[in-house]
Amino acid sequence: MTGRARFAFGMLAFGYAFLYLPIALVIVYSFNESRLVTVWSGFSLKWWQALFANEAMLDAAWLSLRIALVSATCAALIGLAAGYALVRAPRFPGRTLFGSLVVAPMVMPEVVMGISMLLLFVGSERLFAGPDRGFLTIAIAHTTFSIAFVAIVVQARLADFDRALEEAAMDLGATPWVTFRTITLPLIAPAVGSGWLLAFTLSLDDLILTQFVAGAQSQTLPMRVYSSVRLGVDPQINVLATIVVTVAACALILSGWLTRRKV
Amino acid sequence: MRFVIGLPFLWLGLFFLLPCLLVLAIALGTNAPDSVPPVELGLSFKSFALLFSDDLYLAAWLSSIRIAATSTLVALLLGYPMAYAIARAAPNRRPLLLMLVVLPFWTSFLIRIYAWMGLLADNGLIEQFLRWTGLATNPGTILGTEWAVHLGIVYAYLPFMVLPLYATLEKLDDSLLEAAGDLGARPLAAFLTVTLPLSLPGIVAGCLLVFIPAVGEFVIPDLLGGTETLMIGKVLWDEFFTNGDWPLASAVAVCLLVLLVGPIAIFQRNQARSLERRT
Repeated sequence: MTGRARFAFGMLAFGYAFLYLPIALVIVYSFNESRLVTVWSGFSLKWWQALFANEAMLDAAWLSLRIALVSATCAALIGLAAGYALVRAPRFPGRTLFGSLVVAPMVMPEVVMGISMLLLFVGSERLFAGPDRGFLTIAIAHTTFSIAFVAIVVQARLADFDRALEEAAMDLGATPWVTFRTITLPLIAPAVGSGWLLAFTLSLDDLILTQFVAGAQSQTLPMRVYSSVRLGVDPQINVLATIVVTVAACALILSGWLTRRKV
Repeated sequence: MRFVIGLPFLWLGLFFLLPCLLVLAIALGTNAPDSVPPVELGLSFKSFALLFSDDLYLAAWLSSIRIAATSTLVALLLGYPMAYAIARAAPNRRPLLLMLVVLPFWTSFLIRIYAWMGLLADNGLIEQFLRWTGLATNPGTILGTEWAVHLGIVYAYLPFMVLPLYATLEKLDDSLLEAAGDLGARPLAAFLTVTLPLSLPGIVAGCLLVFIPAVGEFVIPDLLGGTETLMIGKVLWDEFFTNGDWPLASAVAVCLLVLLVGPIAIFQRNQARSLERRT
């Protein structure tokens, strides 16, 4: 091994330690007896019991899950359409605007997107007396910023797609819709699936956008976590973190498996 | 096809483009604390004038850019060797090594920042460690300082730096380096004249992917920073939620977008160019 490679692998090890040590410590301290995260005072499951008895936290988690389910599904559908249009429709009026609209939410600062969507919902409340801020407005906001992520995954998948397969189906007399359903969709389904998972995770995790559009009644999980964490360290959050990390690891393995089954 | 184009177009027009225009409209209104919503529409540049005349806002802009830039640099210095090592690892190990970089991104952002709160807190593990190793006898609390904010940004956005760097380094042709070596270039010279220039698109993409969100960051300065840490995302948030000044918050949002238009445009051109090169 050359000196340069040794240096690079050393940095890699350091980088992994940097990325994982804080998470590992959070997990370890979810089993701590003491309330303080600076002192280890023995093994205990009491914070796990406390979290599962915490109604407000469980309600928030349930709301977050439902919002994530709805917004990821909407984003997968619209993102699929957007990605498909970007690859297969090279020319149509407003193509440039369309292209930037699809990717812009990804690079837009979240505080800016949050304030803009809130202003829209306040405006529609004034003009049409609805919708009430809560589940629906949060789901719309999450859908809007997740579309870009699905569209990009779908776009990448369609870009290295063998069009001869579609042409063959058409030559054999399949209508465009039948071709799409029986040839195109099954082949890009893994991309749509991992796009859906990404949208689902982003929705579950979003704080800033949600805080702007949530209204007074709805509290999602990140909003609860944020208001608890602002006051200082809370072992129940460590428990939650342990659960989130475990679920995320599983989701990533699943998504890796979905995209690897390419051909 | 008309439906396929129309659906995203309509959705994004209604829920993305229209809101952006609304922000501009509200930014030109005036603050009306007694009405609901607290805005009076109009064509006044009062909020913008305030932004440019008050030293507080100017300081917030400058320190946002400074903090984002230094954090981006640190992330590059750490991320480049990491990406390089993954790209040089055995091909069958790369997916796992890469997955280890991506995994934290899939866990909650908020929780990853929370993880540092306990570590950096008064008498927290970092402080205990520093005292134990003797690196600093009385390090003081790190939480609530700009150090903590930098650390948080590097930690949170490191995966965004490593991924594009890896994508360019992985495609690097080894024979180019061998050729440089055959022609007498020493390893360092070969790296500086071959590897580094060829990975430039990855460097640009990675730096912008860290810099752009870091400038408007809210959660990190709010949870890890102190009262003296000024960042523009936090200013926008406070103007909106604490002071209830919607026009001023909107004006901050407009300025933030204007500031980021340049970096975003460079990023998209860079992406388009590397996409072209691929096909």
